[in-house]
Amino acid sequence: MLYLDNLQIMLELPIYLDNNATTPMDPRVLEAMLPYFTNKFGNAASRNHSFGWVAEEAVDYARGQVAKIIGATEKEIIFTSGATESNNLAIKGVYEMYQQKGNHIITVVTEHKCVLDSAHHIERIGGKVTYLQVKPDGLIDLKELEDAITDKTILISVMYANNEIGVIQPVKEISAIAHKHGVLFHTDATQAVGKIPVDVIADGIDLLSFTGHKLYGPKGCGALYVRRKNPRVKVTAQIDGGGHERGMRSGTLNVPGIVGFGKACEIAMEEMASESVRLAALRDKLEKGVTVMEETYVNGNTQNRLPHVCNVSFKYVEGEGLMMAMKDLAVSSGSACTSASLEPSYVLKSLGLNDDLAHSSIRFGLGRFTTEEEVDYAIEVTKKAVTHLRELSPLWEMFKEGIDLDSIEWAEH
Amino acid sequence: MAYSEKVIDHYTHPRNVGTLDKAKKNVGTGLVGAPECGDVMRLQIEVDDNNVITDAKFKTFGCGSAIASSSLATEWLKGKTVDQAMEIDNMDIVEELALPPVKIHCSVLAEDAIKSAINDYRVKNGFEPIQLEKSHH
Ligand SMILES: Cc1ncc(COP(=O)(O)O)c(C=O)c1O
Ligand code: FES
Repeated sequence: MLYLDNLQIMLELPIYLDNNATTPMDPRVLEAMLPYFTNKFGNAASRNHSFGWVAEEAVDYARGQVAKIIGATEKEIIFTSGATESNNLAIKGVYEMYQQKGNHIITVVTEHKCVLDSAHHIERIGGKVTYLQVKPDGLIDLKELEDAITDKTILISVMYANNEIGVIQPVKEISAIAHKHGVLFHTDATQAVGKIPVDVIADGIDLLSFTGHKLYGPKGCGALYVRRKNPRVKVTAQIDGGGHERGMRSGTLNVPGIVGFGKACEIAMEEMASESVRLAALRDKLEKGVTVMEETYVNGNTQNRLPHVCNVSFKYVEGEGLMMAMKDLAVSSGSACTSASLEPSYVLKSLGLNDDLAHSSIRFGLGRFTTEEEVDYAIEVTKKAVTHLRELSPLWEMFKEGIDLDSIEWAEH
Repeated sequence: MAYSEKVIDHYTHPRNVGTLDKAKKNVGTGLVGAPECGDVMRLQIEVDDNNVITDAKFKTFGCGSAIASSSLATEWLKGKTVDQAMEIDNMDIVEELALPPVKIHCSVLAEDAIKSAINDYRVKNGFEPIQLEKSHH
């Protein structure tokens, strides 16, 4: 306890460990953005005065920074309001554009809601969608993917890395399969860009979505990469208007946001190599530190995983109750009690996890500003909270008495 | 979502955590909920010859509101007769703890646990179990 108290003195509480939900903005990004709110306020589409030119120049520069982090060229970047919009545009836009070719798309059950809901939209307007299951480690089965392709398939959309468990899909292999069958490949790389190397050429990606606020940039600004060569890919606009972004996304550009997004990409590119090593070491320390307790399980593949995230189930305690006991830590849980739907995380369930383990999960997401002291504190707080709640847990007591919980007839409700 | 002070108080300092000997004839045990639903509550009462609840204990697997609801329930049960305990309504718990609408089911669970413990006690002592209304959820 004394140790905890000592640690606490040096720390500012609460500690933010939810960097997969969003990241704080890097002060260097804010600094780059500030002039574009005030004296450099021009509309990048104003062609006939210097206010417009200054804004346009800033957008062009940022477009280069954003393109570079994924190995693309400027003309292949379409600015959007974030990854949700990018995913909508990619999926609905490809479907509308290539409808003559076919009406079938393939995606995965562990995708972000904005991909899944875009896919549901395709079904409502007459398309067909295959939702691939994942293996218990969260990775897709490549053979299953290939078997799902028909002569009507126009798009495969598989996320680069998962937001809940951090598992990285075999993107190169997926794109090879897609291209062998003449199918376009889209990836939601929101969680991956800026954290691990992503290269649209080497990875064979045709469309890629990402967003500023997951890489220490501003919220409300993202991009869709749309390949221009081998093959040239087109999407039908989902927002009509003044014909901005080469007609694929109308609307006055969010100049400060774009400038910040660009700066964030530049910093991430420079610092990714060292940052990912540092964060992986801290993450491993955290993971080891909390899994010394019995009946704790790490969810998802731990070999192919983002460096800064881990998802752990603490069996016999419920996630929301646990988060309440860890009130000085900002984390998230796959527990149903944290969601309005009263359903535990569909991602964890799709790994084949029993509902009770899904209810018991906590996601720790480290970031650029996470320190080792914070991780040490997080370990102690987590252990203390789990121990406290297990003392309150009838399930823990039964487990300790050797009662098989599956043998009990629970009153489902 | 922010928790009310009372929820936090019961959660941080839960009253009457523990286990009574369920083999004893004057102990009633209620076990409600299911691990799959993310909430399991076990509530126990010990009853004396005058039908008065002399002790109550709980253990809960669930969210903060569920833990607080069961902790509060044990507080209220002590000193009540079994008949009075039957009258405890989940909405009383909602009111006392200022639970928001999404947490009402946590209080329902506590009411179910009370009734289920009372019925266990009744059956053990040769009374008919009281017919409960269909669960509210
Ligand atoms: C994998 C993934 N895709 C898409 C999104 C949505 O991004 P945005 O908030 O920029 O719309 C998120 C973030 O919540 C995400 O984690
Ligand atoms: S036990 Fe699930 S919300 Fe309270």
